[in-house]
Amino acid sequence: MAKRNNRCLSEMKPGERFRIEKVAIPDAVLRRRLLDLGFVPGGEVEVGQRSPLGDPTAYYVCGTTIALRKEESNYIYGEKIGHD
Amino acid sequence: MINATYTIALMGNPNTGKSTLFNVLTGLRQHTGNWPGKTVTHAEGEFVYRGIAYRIVDLPGTYSLYSNSADEEVARDFLLFERPNITIVVVDATALERNLNLVLQVLEMTDRVIVAINLIDEAKKKGIRINTKKLATKLGVPVVPMSARNKEGIDELLKTVDAFVHGQLHPTPIAVPYSVEIEQSIAKLLPLVKEIVGDDYPARWVALRLLDGDTSLLSALNQQPPRLTKEEAPYACCGSVKSV
Repeated sequence: MAKRNNRCLSEMKPGERFRIEKVAIPDAVLRRRLLDLGFVPGGEVEVGQRSPLGDPTAYYVCGTTIALRKEESNYIYGEKIGHD
Repeated sequence: MINATYTIALMGNPNTGKSTLFNVLTGLRQHTGNWPGKTVTHAEGEFVYRGIAYRIVDLPGTYSLYSNSADEEVARDFLLFERPNITIVVVDATALERNLNLVLQVLEMTDRVIVAINLIDEAKKKGIRINTKKLATKLGVPVVPMSARNKEGIDELLKTVDAFVHGQLHPTPIAVPYSVEIEQSIAKLLPLVKEIVGDDYPARWVALRLLDGDTSLLSALNQQPPRLTKEEAPYACCGSVKSV
């Protein structure tokens, strides 16, 4: 089932909310790490600030802020939540 | 030095107050140093409760036991090789969802677990209420709410420890079910794993790690377990210790 609004976490803008559907990072250890930190399918993420050079970006997940590089957030798929 | 009868391991995510609890329980009777061969702080201490001496080890804070950082290996190896009589998992009441990940991982390794919900005062301030009874029923192990900083709930925790060592508690930890495919593979592996490791290690957990392709576990099992002996109990330390 192809979802129309299936997007990468890296495409989100600061302040937007995102629901994770898939964490598809090829590196298994890194994938496990992100799952442990709260980036799990079904989980909600709020995009925080972006660093001056555009990467990494802060994400608010499970009550804590975690910064991810595009290398990671490019592989996290899901949908934007809330009003467009 | 007291000849401790029981060993307690303190586990939990970083910044959940493990060391605060450790300091409250041990006072000044503690030693720090490094884990053999690793730049990970090791703190252990002793305390006596109702005439029984306990040795308590403050493990490094981790989110998981599988991501293969030095901290996580130390924590995992301690559970696996030292087999503490009781493992207290300290969780942050204000971020239960994240913290329960580690609790479930620990419950796969041992059933002698007490979940200490710390920072309960912080949670109250934020309007978070936790139904500890329901949580205890779901997890199948005792759950104690506390605030180590304000020394609240310490007595309740110690009573639970006491009940544990007197065999008054019969934990039935929740077994996380996996997909049919994984469960079938576990069922296939389980008798073989049991044959090799016997009752020394949690067989279902080892089977899961094998399916996971966890090479770090295999190398740890192959090496002589780095047991901590009393001779190398390092220098005594006054004051509080913050393990990182």
